[in-house]
Amino acid sequence: MKAWIAFWNILKKDIKNYYLKPPNISWGIIFPLSWTLMQVIRSPDGNILNLLPGLISMSVLFGTTSMLAVTITFERSGRSFERLLLAPISLGTMVLAKIAGTILFGIFNAFVPVIFASFFINLSAINWTIVFFAVLMISITSALMGLLIAVSAEQVFEAQTLSNFFRFPMLFLCGLFVPITSLPVFLRPLSYILPLTYGTDILNGAFVGTNTLPPLLCFGILLIFAVSLFLICRHCINKKWIL
Amino acid sequence: MAMVSVKNLKKTYGKFTAVDDISFEIQKGEIFGFLGPNGAGKTSTINMMIGLSRPTAGEITVDGIDVRKQTKKAQSIMGIVPDESNLYNEMDGFNNLCFCAALYGMRKKEREAKALELLELFKLKDAGKRPFKAYSKGMRRKLTIAAALIHSPQVLFLDEPTTGIDVESSRQIREMIVDLKKQGTTVFLTTHYIEEAERICDRIAFIANGHIVALGTVPKLMGSISHGHGIHFLTDKNAESFATELETCFKGTKVTIQPDHSLVIVAEQRIPLFPVIAFFQDRGIDVFEAREIRPSLEDVFVKLTGIESSVLKKDAEKVGPK
Repeated sequence: MKAWIAFWNILKKDIKNYYLKPPNISWGIIFPLSWTLMQVIRSPDGNILNLLPGLISMSVLFGTTSMLAVTITFERSGRSFERLLLAPISLGTMVLAKIAGTILFGIFNAFVPVIFASFFINLSAINWTIVFFAVLMISITSALMGLLIAVSAEQVFEAQTLSNFFRFPMLFLCGLFVPITSLPVFLRPLSYILPLTYGTDILNGAFVGTNTLPPLLCFGILLIFAVSLFLICRHCINKKWIL
Repeated sequence: MAMVSVKNLKKTYGKFTAVDDISFEIQKGEIFGFLGPNGAGKTSTINMMIGLSRPTAGEITVDGIDVRKQTKKAQSIMGIVPDESNLYNEMDGFNNLCFCAALYGMRKKEREAKALELLELFKLKDAGKRPFKAYSKGMRRKLTIAAALIHSPQVLFLDEPTTGIDVESSRQIREMIVDLKKQGTTVFLTTHYIEEAERICDRIAFIANGHIVALGTVPKLMGSISHGHGIHFLTDKNAESFATELETCFKGTKVTIQPDHSLVIVAEQRIPLFPVIAFFQDRGIDVFEAREIRPSLEDVFVKLTGIESSVLKKDAEKVGPK
């Protein structure tokens, strides 16, 4: 019960202090919206449904990785993060509480292009349960990657630079813009060590039926990624922040 | 059983040894002062004691709980005030306190009542709805201490609690520390200020270069350095004219003239006062003041550590005025 009180209050504090701030809400809406508009204007005859998996994945990836990396680095530089390290809650609870807000923010980002698209196309045939869980898994893995970046960065600008260093190559390698089969052979193994590849594949299957792997396998791999990243993050925090 | 026990504690960073094999115990309800200049090992020690840093060697227990093995259990009975006020700038005073209480698993009603009580106690009730970033340094310090007390800890760790804040806030904080002791809270306090340690601590440890060079009550520390007995006299005549005669009359004494022309008589044994007064009277010299000279804690610190007390004062000034 005590751990739950601490978890809920860390989550509530983060949502209030960071995610519900006007600049972040506007980022959460404007970023996915502008990507969607850009794609629609670029190829007016293109099928919006084909674009949605990519737009959702990008919105989640950009929303989650930078938010968590920046907020944690910010709290660390002001030393308020020490309060969490000194509280009688396990590192696991603390990590879960910190990523929970980011995951919710990622889910919010993901559905902005969906809502926008719903004005132009009929989305009633989509299996929303699969889409929701795919978005959830992409959010979890991306948030944990953001946490891993936060552990490595000392300053906010470092966190932002590191986030971009990971995000942009990931976008090009995960099959969003170029199908993995069209990538040079030596780059393909890299694609398969990225969680976003599997999330995008599930979304491709759910929206246009062009998945290359069975959804269950993708969910399993994403789960392995999430658990591994969680354990790595916990270990890194324990090693790096408790000297 | 001691409330806090530190045994053979050591911390190294590469080849640098920050804390070198220190041991001490703190009894329940005691205010224990840890005095030393910057870089002496104070913060390294406190960080190991609160579980924010891992000792290279040694043992720490708080109320019998091994801090290394059961860190979270030990932290649940600790209140921690770091050397920097580290609450959340965007949140107001009241919500900062409520959030800190929630980290200790306190329920909403309980944490709100305790937050209000502490805001009242620290005279911050009017500022309770102001964001923390709008607080003055003194107010920030007081709210940080209030946050450490929100869960009624058994042991309070204060790292430089009065450094860089105004005189009035410093006084209030010192009074509060003494009140906490009266209520049975054990206090571990690190400070640059010798007078502060002398005024409120039951026992003091001097730390220099990672070693504890002296530990004891203020009177014990005072008695630990050998010194002669001295009396300071302020007279109506320039003391230089009779200093040599005074030394001749009172064998075994040494007379030194002070810059204000007063004099100090020092001897190995205690000096009887009336014969000296009679000496002055016989020569028609009026004595306005006679007082025994005792070594200050500052003298003891300088003698035992070899560090001038001005170094401590400069360290404190680097952070801000007291």
